[in-house]
Amino acid sequence: MCSLALFPPPLPSGQTTLCESNNELLSGATTEDRLKQESSPLSLYFPRESLKLHSRTESSSKAAFLDHSETLWMRSAAAWRDGGLTGLLNEITNSHTDVPKCLSVSSGCILALLRKISSFHGSLFPHLTLSSEDMIAEFSQVLNWSDCVVRAFAWHPHTDKFAVALLDDSIKIYNPKSVTTPTLKHRLQRSVAAVQWKPLCASALAVACQNCLLVWHVDPCSLSTRPSSGCAQVLSHPGHSPVTSIAWSPSGSLLVSASPMDTAMMVWDVASESCVPLQRVGGGGVSFLSWSPDGSHVLASTPSALFRVWETRMWTCERWPCVKGRCQSGCWSPDGSRLLFTVLGEMVIYALTFTDTPAGVPTSTSKGPQAAAVVADLSETTFNTPNGDVIIGGEIQSLAWDPTGERLAVLLKGDPQAADRRPAIIAVFKTRTNPIFELLPCGFIQGELGAEPRLMQFHPNFQHGALLTVCWSSGRITHVPFYFMGAGVPHFGLSGSPSVPRPQAGPADFSNHSLFTELIS
Amino acid sequence: MFSAEQSCWFVRKVICWRAAASIAWAVLLLPPITAVFVILSKFSLLHPIQTISECLSLLTSASAVFSLILLCGVILMVGFLNLEYYTVIPTIACSKIALLGQLLHPRQLVNSLVHCIMGIIVAWCCAITIGGRYETLGYPCSNCPFVFNSDSSPQMCLNEYHLILLLAGAFVGFSYSLLGVIHNMNYVSFHTVQQYKYLRFKGSLPLVVKCSATQALKSVRNYVVVYLFLGYIPKAWICKTLNLHLNSSAHPLDSIAGLLDFSLLYHLWISASFLLFTWHITLLLFRIFVTEVYSFPVQSSFTEDVHQCLPKVLTDNQPMILKFLALQDLALLSQHSPSRRCEVFSLSQPGGHPHNWNAISKECMSLLADLTQRLVAYHDTVATNGRAKSLSTGSERKTSSETSGTDDLMSPRPTFLMKTPASVFARSIVGGPQSPLTAPFTPDLDSPFASPALRRLTAPVEQCSPWFGTVQSPHVMRRGPKLWSTSTGESRIMEAIRSLRSDTLRSNFNQIELPNIISKASSQALFADSQAHIWALEGLSYLVQASFSEDQFGVVQTTLPSILSCMLVLQEAVDRHFKLPHASSKPVRSTGSMGDSTYKTLRFALRATLKTAIYRITTMFGNHLNAIQMSAEHRKRLQQFLEYKE
Repeated sequence: MCSLALFPPPLPSGQTTLCESNNELLSGATTEDRLKQESSPLSLYFPRESLKLHSRTESSSKAAFLDHSETLWMRSAAAWRDGGLTGLLNEITNSHTDVPKCLSVSSGCILALLRKISSFHGSLFPHLTLSSEDMIAEFSQVLNWSDCVVRAFAWHPHTDKFAVALLDDSIKIYNPKSVTTPTLKHRLQRSVAAVQWKPLCASALAVACQNCLLVWHVDPCSLSTRPSSGCAQVLSHPGHSPVTSIAWSPSGSLLVSASPMDTAMMVWDVASESCVPLQRVGGGGVSFLSWSPDGSHVLASTPSALFRVWETRMWTCERWPCVKGRCQSGCWSPDGSRLLFTVLGEMVIYALTFTDTPAGVPTSTSKGPQAAAVVADLSETTFNTPNGDVIIGGEIQSLAWDPTGERLAVLLKGDPQAADRRPAIIAVFKTRTNPIFELLPCGFIQGELGAEPRLMQFHPNFQHGALLTVCWSSGRITHVPFYFMGAGVPHFGLSGSPSVPRPQAGPADFSNHSLFTELIS
Repeated sequence: MFSAEQSCWFVRKVICWRAAASIAWAVLLLPPITAVFVILSKFSLLHPIQTISECLSLLTSASAVFSLILLCGVILMVGFLNLEYYTVIPTIACSKIALLGQLLHPRQLVNSLVHCIMGIIVAWCCAITIGGRYETLGYPCSNCPFVFNSDSSPQMCLNEYHLILLLAGAFVGFSYSLLGVIHNMNYVSFHTVQQYKYLRFKGSLPLVVKCSATQALKSVRNYVVVYLFLGYIPKAWICKTLNLHLNSSAHPLDSIAGLLDFSLLYHLWISASFLLFTWHITLLLFRIFVTEVYSFPVQSSFTEDVHQCLPKVLTDNQPMILKFLALQDLALLSQHSPSRRCEVFSLSQPGGHPHNWNAISKECMSLLADLTQRLVAYHDTVATNGRAKSLSTGSERKTSSETSGTDDLMSPRPTFLMKTPASVFARSIVGGPQSPLTAPFTPDLDSPFASPALRRLTAPVEQCSPWFGTVQSPHVMRRGPKLWSTSTGESRIMEAIRSLRSDTLRSNFNQIELPNIISKASSQALFADSQAHIWALEGLSYLVQASFSEDQFGVVQTTLPSILSCMLVLQEAVDRHFKLPHASSKPVRSTGSMGDSTYKTLRFALRATLKTAIYRITTMFGNHLNAIQMSAEHRKRLQQFLEYKE
């Protein structure tokens, strides 16, 4: 088991991590270095001030208008439209003068009953009482989502372009090979929780919004900077909002979406806009989804201490109850055989191994392991640095595994309120899967002074190792390359998504390079 | 009873058993559904315990057992009709007139009649179960002074409550069968998400409950309106035939006051819901069972089993369902099963020929080429504004078919009609899609007594032909009542399309021609059988992808150029098609109906699958594709895919 104590100490404040080369993380403090890093076309900076935010929500504009007396029928219709059944009952209850007394009393009773029931339901599943914004913030993989300038980020699985969702509910698409940066805006595109590009497609981008799912079709050859909202497909299902997590199947045929309010996970056939709800008892919703790169399994975590691993051939699932809290984040090894996950309230990383069932067997119930093993301990550790002691560690916000399976990035939540201020930080492990699964320390990734990492993602096909993209609280997006020779993980997965054929890992003697780290552990 | 198609081993061994299993499950589910119905129909809020005891005594009574047996008979009949009328390729009516033609088709009329009768039976069972004032059709009129005859026994009066319930059953049954045509309820679609039967059933159950209830509500609303105005006709008729009297002291029910009886409306609605729910459940179970994945062996060591192997089965056009299931199996095996893929890539033992791969790839490519040709022909027709260039030699027949009906036997289409043996339900037009429009009682077509009109009827009918609307020929006018016969569409441009090599999936396409037909429906009809093409694309692309590392003998390499060019040509044709007006407009989402509207979006699914399939091959092979021989135009196109610019 690997722990933070084995890590090299963090950099003194003011220094930023630039890249990994020759098995060590290089840092730079000078502005030159930073400029060099930031001058690359893909490094972006979105100052908070530059974004035009929504000053108020739509419903609050009601107060700006004079009260206008309408007939009871009109008011009831408006209440039904705005607030549904509860709104209607509220309206009837409140208008004593126009309504017969018995009606207003009875509607008041029904309203009280409904509230009782919903509060009972809410006591079973506390997350149901949250507002949809709070709920997205609670279950998002982004640290402190509601206060984040960059709310979601997605690399295209095959090319060098990426999509960035910003605080002002717009999405920008950057492509180093093109001068145009299309900005996507849509009436329904609010509170973007996640974005993901469709694999085996150049143009489709799925966006998880507050009330629906949007699938944009952005023509890569188009010169338009503002694709019309006609380019977006709207996928919605009653009761399935807010959508907090989405995942495309690696073969590009299906899209799954999850909402903590809905106990069913939706499997969408995007082209025909039809969906199949997959419902199981327990959990009270689905908060996070992750599709294994070989396409055989889907991790679905729920807001309660339970997660499921779906097998995608016949869509059966195994239940994994956790002891302490809900499954906060998870990631799959490139061959889909190993799942790493973290649990809210615990400071460790668990691993589950799925042995491959022979795929020809028609009864494809996934035969998994009996229990998860702890592979890394990330509890608080004190490092002695020239600037004094620094405490690092704590709960984990999200995990990311690079597509070659050699680096694992862990975003630690930190604790800004604590007396000994623990910053949020990214810890990077080196991982080996052969002959046994092992995590080895690599180092911490730090940004400029005062900037916290909020969101991270690995580039899906970086040629020289791995490339970690980090979105910082300051609104900056930087890319940290890890240059290494892979140990030769086969990439031509057959049943899953084909990764872009990359030049096979270099000469054999160089492949020992990463083995040096064994000495450190 | 069973026609030639039924003699196919697959229908005999698999489809019939699947249908039987689904019907058996529906029958098993009947008692609990009936129990729920009894409880709901008798429920009274004030006396819950009394309700339960009444229900229990009723459920154990002899009349309940008898009505349950009757209901089982109805379910068996519904299941049999499902099996007889199902289709995997929907028939899409391109115009209102065509739809009317479908509705008035004799085969459909028989269907409606049978449903009406079954509706009456179910309603009678409901009346018995609900009891009380609904129980009998007649009752002795005691308080009626006018019918008191001093000498005879008390006269019987008509119980209008019983009558209204029976007629409601007939009405709901009729509207069920009518809506079945409008919503293509007999269309069986295949799901992209595979699930076990139980889970799929469980997942769709709430939807069935909801749509049965809403459908029942709508039907009852319509029925009440109809009864209000026309109720006196059946009432008088029944009274006359059964020598019953109308009780003048009782409220007549065909009045507003009579129909505003809440309890009556509730009972009508709950009976209609019960009726629709049992039928929908039967339909749902049938769909689930019949679309279940069937795993065909890729190759067999015994020669007598060769006709059951995937390469052979794929080329069969005989029962459409067999071809569809084979293609589905191909798509799944290419995706999930390395061992079966290995068999596909293997060489034949003596000789060393890749027979399996050749047969599979050839069939898939011919399917795709067929679609491409269809799209090109459609596009050409539209581009020339309907004045289709005659693509073939058949055009000299232009108007001859309009002048004489007997001519039809010479025309290409009815030739395969001749093969149809006499059967009760002439469902099987060889090679054609099962069309509900075929004649109900197939006459012996070879006999000299068969009327030309009937011959026409049994031909696959051009529902899409807008000529339905614009009947011009005086000959056609003379054939007034034969609205469903589409002799008018026979003419002209038909030939252009008919000449297309569509021996594989002869779909409803042969109806798309003629000016101003660029409608949504025609675009839907063009892609009506595209599920097959989608699977062919998936199967091919996954196999090619897997061949990169699994194909030891290089059997795929030889066909790779033709596969790629086939896909690229199709891609071009599809792109062109989507530039037409209406082609890219999304259909309105219809919810709350048991009809499956998957076919409306098949063209979008095909477009997406096609792109993904090409990308799957290009991402796997990357720059190796530059070594492949292909035309400059295709290479340019492929380069777009390699650079992710499509």
